[in-house]
Amino acid sequence: MSNIPADLKYTKSHEWVRTLANGNVEVGITDHAQGALGDLVFVEVPEAGKALKAGDSFAVVESVKAASDVYAPIAGAVVEGNAGLSSQPELINSEPYGAGWIMRLKPGGAPSGLLSAAEYQAHLDAEG
Amino acid sequence: MGRRTPLYDLHVGQGARMVDFGGWDMPVNYGSQIEEHHAVRRDAGIFDVSHMCVIDARGPRVREFFSKLIANDVAKLTQSGKALYSCMLNEAGGVIDDLIVYFLTESWFRVVVNAGTRDKDLAWMRGIAPQFGVELTERTDLAMLAVQGPNARAKVAELLPAEHREAALALEVFFGRELGPWFVARTGYTGEDGFEIMLPADEAARVWRTLNERGVKSAGLGARDTLRLEAAMNLYGNDMDENQNPLESGLAWTVSFENPARDFVGRRALESLKSAGLEKKFVALLLEDRGVLRGHQKVVTGSGDGEITSGTFSPTMEKSIALARVPRGTGAAVQVDVRGKLLNARVVKAPFVRHGKILVS
Repeated sequence: MSNIPADLKYTKSHEWVRTLANGNVEVGITDHAQGALGDLVFVEVPEAGKALKAGDSFAVVESVKAASDVYAPIAGAVVEGNAGLSSQPELINSEPYGAGWIMRLKPGGAPSGLLSAAEYQAHLDAEG
Repeated sequence: MGRRTPLYDLHVGQGARMVDFGGWDMPVNYGSQIEEHHAVRRDAGIFDVSHMCVIDARGPRVREFFSKLIANDVAKLTQSGKALYSCMLNEAGGVIDDLIVYFLTESWFRVVVNAGTRDKDLAWMRGIAPQFGVELTERTDLAMLAVQGPNARAKVAELLPAEHREAALALEVFFGRELGPWFVARTGYTGEDGFEIMLPADEAARVWRTLNERGVKSAGLGARDTLRLEAAMNLYGNDMDENQNPLESGLAWTVSFENPARDFVGRRALESLKSAGLEKKFVALLLEDRGVLRGHQKVVTGSGDGEITSGTFSPTMEKSIALARVPRGTGAAVQVDVRGKLLNARVVKAPFVRHGKILVS
């Protein structure tokens, strides 16, 4: 069973979103996603200032198995990418909701269409 | 649901992530693929390769049959138990499959072919076998385990009854022999020393667990792939297939033209390809920029474009490596189109890693 913290929001494409105290959001990939990808070996994070629309690919995560795009859950401007991932991509495997965050974003508007933890769990169950 | 090996329940019980591989439900990893990879390079790991197809070929003319069937020459097999790696070609010189054949007696050879190709392989072999009066029997009663790594042979020997232990440890590289109900071969697909064991299916789970208890780590197909790629061993379906010939797939060393009288299937096609001049060559690539090489990426060279056939991140080297088919004239420096960016790579001498040591700098 994968870990789905109740205090985060999710997307059907397996990103998670955490709202930070200053109103920015932190984005990463879920425990389920990291498990499906396997050991991460390379991560390309976005540069600060990059403008994203919801659904834009903003990062590439590559495991021993395959490369996978990570999509922006909401529109906004990139505040920073997680520089630590370039030397330690495995942080996404070990701490997908903590040190394995991928970017911080200043939202361009109110987030919409995100899933609650329960809804994400239901989505995983439906995907089989 | 795919086909299952006798170890399916064990894999699931050990928490393996199961994936479809050539129609079989197989473990890709049991947690961390990289840890499994390192276990094999540094100590010992065990793989379920029961999905591979073991076929016994029997008849007084079985040597002649293989002489016709495969591109390497079974005349090289003079000692009982000796194994030979070869391709089986079609008339156009395309690779139907790669295989290992063991010479056991003059009327009994054993051949191991890939899982995903078993049906077409058997059909092809059955088309040729009658001319030589050879009878082919699929050994679906056997499971197959690959125990690989510097400590693998010693760990396996501990499990054998005393009367077989010495014989197992005395096996030379690329030899196999029957030891009681087991067939033990000093072969593998990792670039490490080790054994491949064919044994009665109902013994496989017990042997697996006993080896686990003795420190041999369960390893999945994911680690098997990174290990074989570091060892620069070809994977059928990625590095060669029916549309490719062995000479442009890095497998010229497995084709024997030496005996002019030996008319193996595909020989004439390969000879005309050679006399016309081969256009491609098969190379090993090391990525110099950051990123990961993958199959089907385009290789850009001064002599035209080529293609990566297998690529991965090497856990041993912590760099990305690949095998590629490129124009004959390709020099040492190439670029690879990795997700729209041209990254620098270098042609290097294969293999990348062997017996735990990095051979490419």
